[in-house]
Amino acid sequence: MVKKPSQHHANIPLHRNPRVRAVVFQVVAISLLLWFLSIIAGNTVSNMAERGITVGLNFMGQVAPFEIGYTPFWDYELGVSKYWEVLVVGIQNTIFVSIFGVFAATLLGFIIGILRLSPNWLVRKMASAYVETFRNIPLPLWIFFWYVAVFLPILPPPRDSFILGAGFFLNKEGLYTPKPLIENSVTASIFFILLLALVVGLFYLRRWAKKRQDATGEIFPFASTALAALLIIPVVLFYALGSPLHLEYAEMGKFIMTGGINLNFSFFVLWFALTVYTAAYIGENVRAGILAVSRGQSEAAHSLGVRHTPTLRLVVIPQAMRVIIPPTISQFLNLTKNSSLAVIVAYEDIVNVFAGVALNNTGQALPIIAITVLLYGTLSLGTSAILNWYNKRVQLTER
Amino acid sequence: MNNTFTPLPSRTPPGNTIGFVGWLRQNLFSSWGSSLFTIFGIYLLLQFIPPAVQWFFLDATWGGSDRSGCETEINGETADAPGACWTFIRVRAAQMFFGLYFASHADQIWRPILMFVLFFAMLIPLLLPMVARKIKNAIGLVLIFIFPIVAYSLLDGSWLGMPVAHSSEWGGFLLTFILASVGIVAAFPISVVMALGRRSEMPIIRSICVFYIEIWRAAPLITILFMASNLLPLFFPSGVNYDKVARALIAITLFQSAYMAEAIRGGLQAIPKGQFEGADSLGLGYWQKTIFIVLPQALKISIPGLVNSALQLFKDTALVGIIGLHDFLEITKVASRSPEWIGYDFEGLIFVSIFYFIFCYAMSKYSQGLERKLDTGHKT
Repeated sequence: MVKKPSQHHANIPLHRNPRVRAVVFQVVAISLLLWFLSIIAGNTVSNMAERGITVGLNFMGQVAPFEIGYTPFWDYELGVSKYWEVLVVGIQNTIFVSIFGVFAATLLGFIIGILRLSPNWLVRKMASAYVETFRNIPLPLWIFFWYVAVFLPILPPPRDSFILGAGFFLNKEGLYTPKPLIENSVTASIFFILLLALVVGLFYLRRWAKKRQDATGEIFPFASTALAALLIIPVVLFYALGSPLHLEYAEMGKFIMTGGINLNFSFFVLWFALTVYTAAYIGENVRAGILAVSRGQSEAAHSLGVRHTPTLRLVVIPQAMRVIIPPTISQFLNLTKNSSLAVIVAYEDIVNVFAGVALNNTGQALPIIAITVLLYGTLSLGTSAILNWYNKRVQLTER
Repeated sequence: MNNTFTPLPSRTPPGNTIGFVGWLRQNLFSSWGSSLFTIFGIYLLLQFIPPAVQWFFLDATWGGSDRSGCETEINGETADAPGACWTFIRVRAAQMFFGLYFASHADQIWRPILMFVLFFAMLIPLLLPMVARKIKNAIGLVLIFIFPIVAYSLLDGSWLGMPVAHSSEWGGFLLTFILASVGIVAAFPISVVMALGRRSEMPIIRSICVFYIEIWRAAPLITILFMASNLLPLFFPSGVNYDKVARALIAITLFQSAYMAEAIRGGLQAIPKGQFEGADSLGLGYWQKTIFIVLPQALKISIPGLVNSALQLFKDTALVGIIGLHDFLEITKVASRSPEWIGYDFEGLIFVSIFYFIFCYAMSKYSQGLERKLDTGHKT
């Protein structure tokens, strides 16, 4: 007679059964965790009661009793603006410096990465000296160094600004850029809609060109067409619509500069420090990515008769990008997180102005820290979602 | 008659492709573009290096005991001398390395020095390859379990009946060292548990561990330090009052444990499935399998990742100045703000930078060497 499989299990004592053990283990773990959390919650409630603070979000509707110096996109007014506006300004400033930093660091990082692979010995060594210097000295030290030892002494007062050309000025007040002003809102919106249409049209042109090349082998010179269209059509449109925008340049007034857009000194120093620091890390990613494409790939392309430039564009760069992009996206996240060091240069980011000043003014440590962590958490979850999506997409093409 | 074919001796390569000239042509002047880059690079170096050497060495002031040595008279007015004022660093070295208490109690300064000597006396044999494994294991155990007690009693002094240097008075490099090393050692066991939990098949355990790891990795260290200084006093029963250093240590440990857990998870993922199955077929239970089969291999693979995160933490501790601790960077700022040395920030920052650079560069080179040595080629 064949034994039923259940008879085997019948011999196993309950404490050896993996399923029972798993349930017991998890129940114990979760009750320990709940017990720990309840102790903390109890302590917090009694401590709060002792100090006379009621936890809640009511403070967000109260007027904030402090000034914020740098609020480029928000009409923050002392005595009128409330705590929730402090949060909004903080988020804006964090995003503002991060976006500028990400663009500049990517550009500089790619240059550094390519220079590190230069056939020229001196260039290679100088690029690695750059990378090692930035990677082996802490960022807080760098930020403070740029602030106190470099920009504070060398930047001139507004009267003797460094003129960078094209309406850009650099002085102790920060960086001044030209400001586009809308002359006629109707023609301006037509202008922007037509620009958008141009970009969409180019996108479809590229799809058509690729389809035709796949079908017939005929190559359409897309890159040069697109470049010419993007250079010429906006200019023609701009004048055809009677110049709907004009640029307002910063000017030296009696005591201060007026007009233009002012990116203040703290912003400039923080942006600069984050950019040159992160560029060292991105440069390493770029170098590793290019080295990861085996030499056989470009040799094979050459032996098929593909020229040097198409080989780079169609064979080497797409494969290198697969290696470069994921760690570079993590560096973008790191840059955003590192922008929380803003307090060193008194830039008013979310940590400085909300988790710092607002917390000290209200004593609402719990909600304020929770909101800050939640915001950074959302950002980091979003980044890892993008990363996972990208990794899945490029993995499909792997052979 | 000799019929053996004797080839003509090879001609020597052209003179400009070998030796120093050949190297120059190949590496610096291989094309027009390359030559331009070389010339521009040399121009940059000439612009930068001679003035730097002049400032750093030639014009620098090394002696003296106050700022008068660093100043010159120009047209009857005192002005800074053109070179660096290393006198500042020399006079304030005790403060920068050991903090305000030991700098002002010169008779007690042997305590932190003895601690560092003991530490390096134990660390160096651990890093050398020729020391036997058994000795290394013994030293490692002493370093992790006994040394912290010795170090604390030396620094604090109350257990040995010496004048008490309370932890709030520790500072400088000593504090940076304490924050980083205690953070790393205390975070290690937590990170192993969390990494194992994240790989567990039990859904509740796994989600707790994932939440723990991701929450600390999402927030920047500065918010976690703010959290520690503002929230921890609320979490503990009233009356329990940890000082600033202890709070920062808790924050750093939690933060670091998440990063180390991710490094160890990488090691766990790299272990071939056959190892788990082999352990299962030998009848080993979960803990036996984990301790004897999985962890030894996983930890070895994750050593480079662990060293990198340790290095990162060592650099990150430079921001504890923001919550009012006098670490290496902050105490240097304090020193250069004192009335007798005001205006010498630059020297202080350069000194701290060089110190950090040497430390981190050596550590990262050591870790790269270790990575090469540990790569036994058993990858699947």
